[in-house]
Amino acid sequence: MAHSSNRAVAAPSHGDGHGHEGHHDLEGMRMMGFWIFLITDCILFGSLFATYVVLSGNTAGGPTGAELFEMLGVIAETFILLTSSFTSGLAVLCMNKGDRKGLIVWLAITVLLGASFITLEITEFVNLVHEGAAISTSASWSAFFTLVGTHGLHVSVGLVWMIAIMIQLGRHGINSVTRRKVGIISLYWHFLDVVWIFVFTIVYMMGVM
Amino acid sequence: MWDNVKDFASDFFVTGDPLIYGADVAIVLTMVAIVSALTYFKKWTWLWKEWLTTVDHKKIGIMYVIAALLMLFRGGIDALLMRTQLAVPELEFLNPEHYNAIFTTHGVIMILFMAMPLMFGLFNLVIPLQIGARDVAYPFLNSLSFWLFFMGAMLFNLSFVIGGSPDTGWLAYPPLSEKAFSPGVGQDFYIWGIQISGIGSLMTGINFIVTILKMRTPGMKLMKMPMFTWSTLSSCLTIILAFPILTVTLALLFIDRYLGAHFFTLDGGGNPMMYINLIWMWGHPEVYIVVLPAFGIFSEVVATFSKKRLFGYKSMVFALMSISVASFFTWAHHFFTMGSGANVNAFFAVTTMIIAIPTGVKIFNWLFTMYRGRLSFPTPMLWMLGFIPCFVVGGMTGVLLSVAPADFQFHNSYFLIAHFHQVLIGGVAFGYFAGLYYWWPKVFGFKLNEKLGKWAFWLWNIGFYVCFMPQYFLGLMGMTRRLSTYGWDKGWYELNLISTIGGFLMGIGFLFQVWQILHSIKFMERDTTGDPWDGRTLEWSIPSPAPMYNFATLPRVSEKDDWWEEKQRIAQGGAPSPRPKLEPIHMPKNSGIPIIMSACFFVAGFGFIFDWLWMAIPGLVGVAACMLAHSFNYNTDYYIPVEEIKRTEAAAGRAI
Repeated sequence: MAHSSNRAVAAPSHGDGHGHEGHHDLEGMRMMGFWIFLITDCILFGSLFATYVVLSGNTAGGPTGAELFEMLGVIAETFILLTSSFTSGLAVLCMNKGDRKGLIVWLAITVLLGASFITLEITEFVNLVHEGAAISTSASWSAFFTLVGTHGLHVSVGLVWMIAIMIQLGRHGINSVTRRKVGIISLYWHFLDVVWIFVFTIVYMMGVM
Repeated sequence: MWDNVKDFASDFFVTGDPLIYGADVAIVLTMVAIVSALTYFKKWTWLWKEWLTTVDHKKIGIMYVIAALLMLFRGGIDALLMRTQLAVPELEFLNPEHYNAIFTTHGVIMILFMAMPLMFGLFNLVIPLQIGARDVAYPFLNSLSFWLFFMGAMLFNLSFVIGGSPDTGWLAYPPLSEKAFSPGVGQDFYIWGIQISGIGSLMTGINFIVTILKMRTPGMKLMKMPMFTWSTLSSCLTIILAFPILTVTLALLFIDRYLGAHFFTLDGGGNPMMYINLIWMWGHPEVYIVVLPAFGIFSEVVATFSKKRLFGYKSMVFALMSISVASFFTWAHHFFTMGSGANVNAFFAVTTMIIAIPTGVKIFNWLFTMYRGRLSFPTPMLWMLGFIPCFVVGGMTGVLLSVAPADFQFHNSYFLIAHFHQVLIGGVAFGYFAGLYYWWPKVFGFKLNEKLGKWAFWLWNIGFYVCFMPQYFLGLMGMTRRLSTYGWDKGWYELNLISTIGGFLMGIGFLFQVWQILHSIKFMERDTTGDPWDGRTLEWSIPSPAPMYNFATLPRVSEKDDWWEEKQRIAQGGAPSPRPKLEPIHMPKNSGIPIIMSACFFVAGFGFIFDWLWMAIPGLVGVAACMLAHSFNYNTDYYIPVEEIKRTEAAAGRAI
């Protein structure tokens, strides 16, 4: 699967861009590097999930997740992020059709959805702290804030990155370089979506069950 | 006001120890000397344009090697200080606090700031040349990796004059490394120094995987790659799977210390043993990360100096790959005494013993390569020959340690110290020395003096056994590691003194190596052939030092050791294989962003260490600004015209 989608994004870069690049497909190679980066990010999140699973019961007599999680907000976050994954997919479809305007518009919608996700998450964190569950409350909450916060940090970095790519698309249009960049950010975005599904399941659903 | 400044300075700078004051003076004098030399000879622009901003893998490789040798010097001084303190019972050369700091920095520096950069240096110097590529897959990222390593190493080393060194052992086990027990900034220097350079290591791992998988010259199938390239691939695969765990572990420790979280604390539901599991999930693969490329180097060296194809190529590839997989399943053997129960210990004991099998296969492969070969014994081969018995004994004591019940006796004793120094010095250090001696003419275009090299080899080799063999016995006699002094009544006096003498012999060996390099620079013995050892792989087919584009035209490979086969064909009257027409060569442009971005990381790290947000936040903003600046830069490459390639090749005496 990795291979086929790698091809799909990398293939168009052959014709345009550099006149003759020997035999190395530069943009394809960068795409491959990003896939490998995602492997490392998987392990990063895997370690954080493992930490969370080990420590989630250690509340040291303090509040538990089951008592404090507001599932309504979390479900809203989930739907917003899933939708943003869908809109980033639509952006790539526009790019493949050569529709620069559509591409930028769908990326902008993705950024807005991502920003609302982050806003909701920050609100959730602030509420938790008000109710007496901060990162220093217990091992369980340390692991919670670190895991969910790391995901949120990834999303925030993605937002800045996506805005930078939108500006570059405005300047340079769709070419082999921007095509690869959009391919990479959408890959990153889908990856964060998948990680969130695990966060939702393991942290929130299993937490309140 | 003045009192405030004085108060601040006495906390900020490390004070009170004459050794440290001496180091302060030495550091300031060295800095002044470097700055004034660069200014006097008007070399700042040269330094910036040719080195600091370079994206050329060969120059980055050289910078890695220089940095690693400097770190070897510092780590070696630490080792000699420790050996001096232990030479005689009840010596008061180092006080216990100072001793703690020194064994910590010795371990961290030797593994993370000496072995790792020396390894990355050799990757950079050799891999693109060996696979017939003109650079690595991501030259910009490669430069960034180097500078992140460099800034991380500098940050870590700074701790010894500013703020105070970390002193909780090279892996900083909690709860000792938590704020409650280590309130100083030393532990934060540890976290940020390693964290920053670790990001660089991770990126190097990705870089070389893609380079090896995607940039091999036409015809070089995977099973025709040189063995050092295979070992680099297996090491890099291990890096990308292991280093994210280190990143997480250090981040969690930092969050504990900085935000008062409870991952590894004794209170609040924290679990210190989880840190020890996590850090060894990285730490055990890490030792294979550094030793696998050494195996690759030995494979190249033994084939070249036996004038024979490497015995058992396929089994060697299989052994390398299986070690990089198996290395992830042995971590708990570092703490059999933790009390995980018999079943867990049995599992990890067996997996540890299994690793001995592929390692044994390799030893036999090297021996059979030499069997009936036309052997010669220049310095690289000597290190290879010194390595085999050393590594076999070190490996066997490792198998002894892997027996979980017996480990309850060996655990944390000098037996263990002797074991891992034997595999790390005998395996990793000897391997990288062999590699440095072997590829030196290719990198710099001149040979190293063989006579001084042989002195260095024998001093190191003899010094090694004198230093570490007694430590096995000390371990069995009950001497535990990290002991700052011992009494006359213990009966450990003679063996410790012998061990110290061995340590100093190795120190003299190092001085011989420095002398050898300086001597060889002075009496420059040029390598005009490009192939001084009658080598087998592609790097020997081009001039020494390699031109900036490496290969004027990409070689077409049809066999393993293609350059050797080509030489045989020509010797038998065959025509050299035809070369394609010259074409302009696509090259990446230099960039100042990597060094600036890494400096911003340094500033951010320093800010976090001292809890100065006014410094940390601008540092992080600088990092983000550098990333964006790079993202918006579309002018990143250029072409070398055919005329220039012709001129360069002609100057190197090559017909085109």
